[in-house]
Amino acid sequence: MSYVIDRRLNGKNKSTVNRQRFLRRYRDHIKKAVEEAVSRRSITDMEHGEQISIPGRDIDEPVLHHGRGGKQTVVHPGNKEFTSGEHIPRPPGGGGGRGPGRAGNTGEGMDEFVFQITQEEFLEFMFEDLELPNLVKRNLTGTDTFKTVRAGISNEGNPSRINIIRTLRSAHARRIALSGSSRAKLRDARDELLRLKREEPDNFGDIQEIEAEIERLIARIHRVPFLDTFDLKYNLLIKQPNPSSKAVMFCLMDVSGSMTQATKDIAKRFFILLYLFLKRNYDKIDVVFIRHHTSAREVDEEEFFYSRETGGTIVSSALKLMQEIMAERYPSNEWNIYAAQASDGDNWNDDSPICRDILINQIMPFVQYYTYVEITPREHQALWFEYERIAEAFSDTFAQQQLVSAGDIYPVFRELFQRRLVT
Amino acid sequence: MTAREQKRLPISTGSEWTFELIQAYDREISRLADRYALDTYPNQIEVITAEQMMDAYASVGMPLGYHHWSYGKHFLSTEKSYTRGQMGLAYEIVINSDPCIAYLMEENTICMQALVVAHACYGHNSFFKGNYLFRTWTDASSIIDYLVFAKQYIMQCEERHGIDAVEDLLDSCHALMNYGVDRYKRPYPISAEEERRRQKDREEHLQKQINDLWRTIPKGADKYSDKDNARFPAEPQENILYFIEKHAPLLEPWQREIVRIVRKIAQYFYPQRQTQVMNEGWATFWHYTLMNDLYDEGLVTDGFMIEFLTSHTSVVFQPGFDSPYYNGINPYTLGFAMYRDIRRMCESPTEEDYRWFPDVAGTDWLSSIKFAMSSFKDESFILQYLSPKVIRDLKLFSILDDDQKEDLLVPAIHDEDGYRIIRETLAAQYNLGNREPNIQIYSIDRRGDRSLTLRHQQHDRKPLGDSTDEVLKHLHRLWGFDIHLETLQGDHVVKTHHVPPRGEHSEGDYGRLDLAVIHL
Repeated sequence: MSYVIDRRLNGKNKSTVNRQRFLRRYRDHIKKAVEEAVSRRSITDMEHGEQISIPGRDIDEPVLHHGRGGKQTVVHPGNKEFTSGEHIPRPPGGGGGRGPGRAGNTGEGMDEFVFQITQEEFLEFMFEDLELPNLVKRNLTGTDTFKTVRAGISNEGNPSRINIIRTLRSAHARRIALSGSSRAKLRDARDELLRLKREEPDNFGDIQEIEAEIERLIARIHRVPFLDTFDLKYNLLIKQPNPSSKAVMFCLMDVSGSMTQATKDIAKRFFILLYLFLKRNYDKIDVVFIRHHTSAREVDEEEFFYSRETGGTIVSSALKLMQEIMAERYPSNEWNIYAAQASDGDNWNDDSPICRDILINQIMPFVQYYTYVEITPREHQALWFEYERIAEAFSDTFAQQQLVSAGDIYPVFRELFQRRLVT
Repeated sequence: MTAREQKRLPISTGSEWTFELIQAYDREISRLADRYALDTYPNQIEVITAEQMMDAYASVGMPLGYHHWSYGKHFLSTEKSYTRGQMGLAYEIVINSDPCIAYLMEENTICMQALVVAHACYGHNSFFKGNYLFRTWTDASSIIDYLVFAKQYIMQCEERHGIDAVEDLLDSCHALMNYGVDRYKRPYPISAEEERRRQKDREEHLQKQINDLWRTIPKGADKYSDKDNARFPAEPQENILYFIEKHAPLLEPWQREIVRIVRKIAQYFYPQRQTQVMNEGWATFWHYTLMNDLYDEGLVTDGFMIEFLTSHTSVVFQPGFDSPYYNGINPYTLGFAMYRDIRRMCESPTEEDYRWFPDVAGTDWLSSIKFAMSSFKDESFILQYLSPKVIRDLKLFSILDDDQKEDLLVPAIHDEDGYRIIRETLAAQYNLGNREPNIQIYSIDRRGDRSLTLRHQQHDRKPLGDSTDEVLKHLHRLWGFDIHLETLQGDHVVKTHHVPPRGEHSEGDYGRLDLAVIHL
């Protein structure tokens, strides 16, 4: 007799553990591949996984087997023209008569072991060890907003929160418990009284005694209070910190004549990384693109990255605009504000101190994190040095880094967002 | 023709399968198999998805296995080639257990399901139950229990000693897995109950024995006898993992237990590696016979039969040596052809058959074929039954590749002079002993540096593969002291391998490094 069992519904991912073991073992390889992919990929291209390839020899499981050479005789099928004793020239590459056919069936000859990781795993590897600075501090332990939630029943509370049903139920239970034995005695006494009256109506002594007893018991039962203080039950409400799960990301970029498309591309990659990173941590993210040369404008993504402008550079115009938008649309008690600024470092010299003032007084107190990347192989200019002073004042929330090529982005990104201990 | 058509009452006409239909086909196939008195374990047919099939692939056919990254690697590569359409999945996987578990894929049509039921549940199943190798070397009723025990034990070790320590140990054991089998000695059947009960005792007992072997307390001078200086082991040992388990000086008891688990599982798979041609040939022979019987009784439609024949032909297709698809001899083809040929020799023998197979020609085919199935392994099966007709049909020829000669030589082809040579060469090709280098443990240096010496007896000057040094490093990790491998031609040592390499050895660096990993 055979049993037919439908196993399709259970035990689907039996190999998950083994797969994880594999990823764990080769995490260095995978991380390297992921890092390369990040610097190679186009920006719109972060929503899928990655093909990882690992050199075959790193992954081989060695076994003892015969190598090529020596004298080997092998039987093959499908003879067409050979006769016994015939000599035939050795085919190039050793195709026909090489080694015992199965010696290398354990995966030999694979130059590269190629497999796919999912987008989630890809990002996991990419963001590993990273943590948004001050995220925990501000969000979860912060005192900004709370919401109250019901959390069961408590014995203490204020009168407006009395739970009447629970209170009466508990009073009822207490009354039953406290008067139970008296009621039983009362019942017996009444039975006895009836019996006496029926059988010995002349025995006044006993009857009186029992009537007194009955009165005493009734009084005792009445002494049990209808409602006692410890019957009172209250709905318990507790305050839960309400992490604001909204973030806004300001992207500020210099689009003056000195910024080439290549520089913008680098900046773009940096922004996209930041965006993806925020996306994993917040439910809702707004992105505000501000581009500037001598004047700043809020634009959409397409225009931000791809339209060309010329002219000089006044960075403070962008900062002013950002500050206005913040004040108008993104109050800092509701929004987590992040800002990333990319520039090639050029600015009117007179403007740099103004930038510093705006940042220190009007922006830095409200943002979670402000990053400045300077994409230039050249020497730093005034803006960088002014920003260094900001970094001193806000060492937790301000970071600046220099980028030279697209390959630098990821290490810089990691450095900027290196996991910090929350004190 | 018309009479037969009228009798036709097919079990199903569509191509979709249902559980009722599978059951109905199984009932009919089982009835037909009874006519041939096929002795099988009870069947447990499990319908699974393609994804689950890949899981089953990854665990190399074990229904449940301990966790190891290499299975993850198998899974990833299967998954990749499957999802990209480079490879189809097997229609079934069957496990040598009692009850015999067969996996059917849900994607199959009803025709394929019936084929798989005939192939796996009656073909492979009866082979597992009948073949002498499986009967003596595996215990179908306890394998599942044992695998459960192994999985749990290894999980406990991971909890106690860390995933890395266990993984390193398993890596090393896997590298030597093919050398963890007893080739001639019959092992005790494994039973999970017994294992669990005796495991504690064994740990203590083993450790005691090892301490004895490695006793360094000096004995009295007069007691320094010949016995003490005698070579140990007295006979060369082929089962390297067994030797490690019993004698490696530095392993902890739990490590010995894991070596033992790998060894036991290797032993369980050993018969399957030796009976590929026979096993697949047998299953193919029976699905072919049973499906034709179904058709003859009018239980299946013509369309069903054509679908069946299409799959059957592709299963037994043998590309020629010069075809781009050629990848050695197809075991399904060879096995199927040989069983069919035995039946032919019994039912309509020719003069040639009487000359070559006087014991087989003209006898009852069913008992002859069952005898062939039960009493041989690939090597001896081919040596015994490969007939001139099969050699001619497959146009077999041999090629001698001698790296010292300019040309390749064709020693024999499918002609009167060549039959015997072809048969012997092909049989030798299926001899595991020839396929794997002959390496045995020769001696250990008990009183000196505790080094372990292996001897490789070279055959036909075949060299060792290039991963040999890697394997020796794994052996070194298990043994804990120096490893030497000597390659011998006759009595002459022609090549040696050393781990750590000779000349670079400074005190303690190599071994301790790896050992530290194990002990951590």
